[in-house]
Order: sequence, then C-alpha cells, then structure tokens
Amino acid sequence: MIRVQQADFDVGAEIAALTSGRTRIGGVVTFIGLVRDLAGDAAVGAMTLEHYPGMTERMLEDIEAEANRRWPLDASLIVHRYGTLAPGERIVLVVTASAHRQAAFEAAEFLVDWLKTRAPFWKRESGPDGDRWVEARADDDEAAQRWRK
Amino acid sequence: MKVLYFAWLRERIGTGEEEVHPPAGVATVAGLIDWLAGRSPGHARAFENRTVVRCAVNQDFAEPGDAVRPGDEVAFFPPVTGG
Repeated sequence: MIRVQQADFDVGAEIAALTSGRTRIGGVVTFIGLVRDLAGDAAVGAMTLEHYPGMTERMLEDIEAEANRRWPLDASLIVHRYGTLAPGERIVLVVTASAHRQAAFEAAEFLVDWLKTRAPFWKRESGPDGDRWVEARADDDEAAQRWRK
Repeated sequence: MKVLYFAWLRERIGTGEEEVHPPAGVATVAGLIDWLAGRSPGHARAFENRTVVRCAVNQDFAEPGDAVRPGDEVAFFPPVTGG
C-alpha cells in the first residue's frame, strides 16, 4: 500500500493496521526519514517538499510492486509526505513485513534506495541565508544502482 | 500537449503548467526542449543545462530520444530528491 499526504503519520498505528490479522508475519522492518536541522554546514529552518501528483503515486506503486516481486513480503507500506516540514518532522515511512527478517530488511532498504532516485519529489530547504533546492546525491544513485538486475 | 514544470524549472519559467502546440517537426523530448527553450528568456534559463533536466512523458521517465505526440503530458524537472 502507498500513500502520499501532507499530514503526519502515526508509526505505531500504521504498523498495527498493516500487520493486523496477518499471523504469518514473523518480522517487521520500518524506516522513518526525518527532516535534519543541518544540510552540510547550513542550518535548515524548514523543508518544503514538492511532488508530481499522479506520477508520484504511480512510481511508488511500481517500486512497491517490484519489492514484492523480489522478496516474499506479507505486507508493505510506503507513506510519503509533501508540503512544508520543520526539523525533526517525519518525511517518509517504509514498512516491510515477512515471515523471516532477511526479506523484510532487504526489501526495506531496496524501497528506500529506489524511492530516493525514482519518486518525483523535490526538497527545498529554507535557512538564514535564504532558500535552496536540494541537489540529488551521487551516493543515492550508487545505492540504487546496486539493486539493478 | 500539456507541459508541466517542477522545482527550479517551474520557478525559472514562471508557471507550473502550460498548453503548447509545437510544430509537427517536434517529435522527441530533445526536440521539444529545443523548441520550448526559445519561448521566453525564462524557458531558455530553465533549459540552459540539459544534463540536470529530467523528463517524464505521460508520467513515465523518458530519455531525450523518446517520442512526444500531441495530447501527451510531458513533465520537466531536476533529478529527484525525495525520501
């Protein structure tokens, strides 16, 4: 399941809803991305996430479907926020659940790596020296590259 | 053809969306960029460094050589930075 929303999410409630009644699940892995208060040496007062409505949902669904093809997952969830967020706020939640931990760990890492390079979101940071668009990172591309096959 | 712009491309061009009618010879993403870049100084600035411009045609990632047709939704944006 995937969701794109402005509102915050409750991590415990999301996990409970995802795993409820699915007693085959033996392990759940979660990744939560947060807004940092520092970008390199620059203070960040707020971060605004812009996205491409329609394509975002489509890409997240594709990425999730690919994870389910590669690993025996019993449940998975991606929640990604947009709008203006303060340092410490949650940006993204990835949850994977499987009978055994290895599939859940690997699939969670794959989902985060792939969504960072394929989901159409753009971050803009505001600080004391003004605003700037965050540039894509080469190490994110490399992280995504290792899952290619 | 509907063209969408995101992030700093949207800021430089001054709009997030426009309906355009390129001439029949414009058949690829690269050709569309060439044509769009001539529409205004803002467009020219948005497309001045094409190595940092990504494209989607009908909400799928597209390469410079991929086809564009009347009625398509074509989006231009910088490399993505979500997650």
